[in-house]
This record gives sequence, structure tokens and C-alpha cells, in this order.
Amino acid sequence: MLDLRLYMLQRISALFMVPLTLGHIAVMIYAVQGGLTTAEILSRTQGSLFWFLFYGLFVVAVSVHAAIGLRVILHETTGLKGMTLTLFMWSVFVLLMAMGWRAVLAVSVQ
Amino acid sequence: MFVAPAVRWGIRSFVTDKKRAMLSVSVWRGTAEQGEFKEYQVPGQDNQTVLDVVSWIQQQVDPTLSYRFACRVGMCGSCAMTVNGEPRWTCRTHVQKVQKDKRLQVAPLRNFPVVKDLVADLDPFFNKWVEAKAKHHPTATRNDPIPRVDPQSAARQSADEAIECINCAVCYSACDTVTANADYLGPAALQRAWTLVNDVKNADKQHILDAVSVSGGCQNCHSHGSCTRYCPVELNPMKSVAGLKKASVVAWWRKK
Repeated sequence: MLDLRLYMLQRISALFMVPLTLGHIAVMIYAVQGGLTTAEILSRTQGSLFWFLFYGLFVVAVSVHAAIGLRVILHETTGLKGMTLTLFMWSVFVLLMAMGWRAVLAVSVQ
Repeated sequence: MFVAPAVRWGIRSFVTDKKRAMLSVSVWRGTAEQGEFKEYQVPGQDNQTVLDVVSWIQQQVDPTLSYRFACRVGMCGSCAMTVNGEPRWTCRTHVQKVQKDKRLQVAPLRNFPVVKDLVADLDPFFNKWVEAKAKHHPTATRNDPIPRVDPQSAARQSADEAIECINCAVCYSACDTVTANADYLGPAALQRAWTLVNDVKNADKQHILDAVSVSGGCQNCHSHGSCTRYCPVELNPMKSVAGLKKASVVAWWRKK
């Protein structure tokens, strides 16, 4: 159920996710240990092009990676294939993109 | 008190027990859709393979038992069965190595349709060899010089590692990805393809890389390693599949 194109998309998205995940964890630890309030965090992220690109790219990478991964899991556990499987993959992608971008826009756009 | 070494180490009683012991052998009878395990009592021997046991049942108890074998020396790859839940070449599997409390369970290979009893239908296995384009793609004519094969080259050594496959289908039967994904080409076909990607006499490597990068191709391998764990001739199909993945990725970047 994975051709070379989907395989490459999943691997390349994983390559992006590695540093972004580490960066996200580092930011979370910093924010928690520093005792920053929600308002203080938002004051730093809103209007910041860097955090917009950081989490925007993160959301795209996660959406691509997870949609392809769930496609494989669904096929191998239920045997689902063809258009239904493709539709499922695209639905997961769109759902994750919508949820992710809603969050990105909320924390990085003033 | 003097105790003879053989007795002290339990050797004599061990040999005597083995000669007298009967094996309880549970053999699959029927097809995949309809059938059951039937129990047979088989005399144990000092040196006895699982194929010997199956043959004894067929010759002494029930001549209708169907199974497949040819060479009996681990060359032809036709006698593979599932023994106590694990795929094995039965002609080279000693009963003493696999029996549990003098019990054996023998079933047809997993991941295949069953023709009858212990005979699996290997058509899917060999069809996938064809799908993987695991054959030479010559372009040279008889007037061209024969390419020199350097046995020390890295490519040749990769091919040599994988080329001893006897097509027993044990790896295919052991592969959980094949179980979950019926389109997956499987370790043996992909390993064969890998030998040809590394063969200087094969002119069209990209043709093979394209064939093994389809929706059931090498990219579906999860590297569980069951193929390598169970390969009776101790080859490493997982390494070959990893090689194909890498080669297909490199070729993909070069085409961009």
C-alpha cells in the first residue's frame, strides 16, 4: 500500500519532524520551568514570523506523516484498499491540517 | 561407589528413552477452508527429521496424506511446512530440536492457500518473483564483450550474499507483512531482485527498481526480521530489502 511516492513523502516529512519535535519539546520545557503564563507565551508568539513558520511547517509535516502512516495501519489491520483507503488518507490529512492550522493561526497571528 | 560415566551423565537412559518413545504428531488434514488436525503416534528415532516423521505416517498409516518433498538434503526447497507454529525446511529439521514433550504439530506453510493436507499452493510466491521483474534484462548482443564480474566489488558481494536462495518460501511464510498485506511482494522475490540490481550483466536496473517500488513493493517492509530469523540457509533477506529501499531512494533523487 506504500508506493515510492508515499514512502518518500513519509520519510521526508519525518526528517522535518525530528528537529521540529525536539524544538517543540525544548520550548515546552522552557515555558513550564520558566513559569510563563498563557498571556506571556502568546505575547511572544503572536506576530512572530518565526513561530508561524515553525509550527506551520510542523503541522504540514505531521499531517502528511500521520495520514500516510494511518493509511498503512488501516490497510494492514482491516484489508481496506482502493478509493476508500485513499479517501481515508486524505480525510485524515485535511482534518489534521484544519486542526493544526487553527492552532497555528491562534498562537502566531495577532 | 563407582558409577559409569554414561550412566552418571544420563546418556544411557536418554538413548533408551528416545528409542522407546513414541511421538505424538498432530498433522493438518484437509484444506484451509475445511479440515482439522489429526493425531498420529510415530516411533521416535535417534536421528529423525520432521520429513521422516511425515513420510512414516504416509507410508505406514495413511497413504492419502499429501505433502511435498524432493531432494531430502536441503537443496530443492520443496518440503517447507509449519512445525510447532514455525516455518521450517522439514528435511533438515531434526525432531529432537523442535519437539516439545515428544509432541509435534505439522501444518502447511502460512500465508498460502492450501491445496490439501500439507501441500501449500505456491503460485502467489512465484508469481511475485515475476512481478518483481527478478530476471536479467539483457541489452548486449553476442558480438559485445562479456562484462567482467569482479568478485571483490561491493555490488558483487551483495549479490553473492543473497544468491543462494533455494526458493523454499519459508521467509514468505514467516513474514507478517505478507500476512497483513496480500499485495506485498515478499522477502524472496525482493531478495532475488536485489541480486540482479547488483549484477553487472543486468543492463536495466531501473526496470527492476520501478517494479519493486509499486504499491506492494519493498517500501512496505517493516523490517520485522522474521525472514532473516527463519531463513534455513541463513541468508539475510531483510538486508536485501533494505538495499532495494536505499537504491530506489537514490534513483528517485537522481531522477528529480
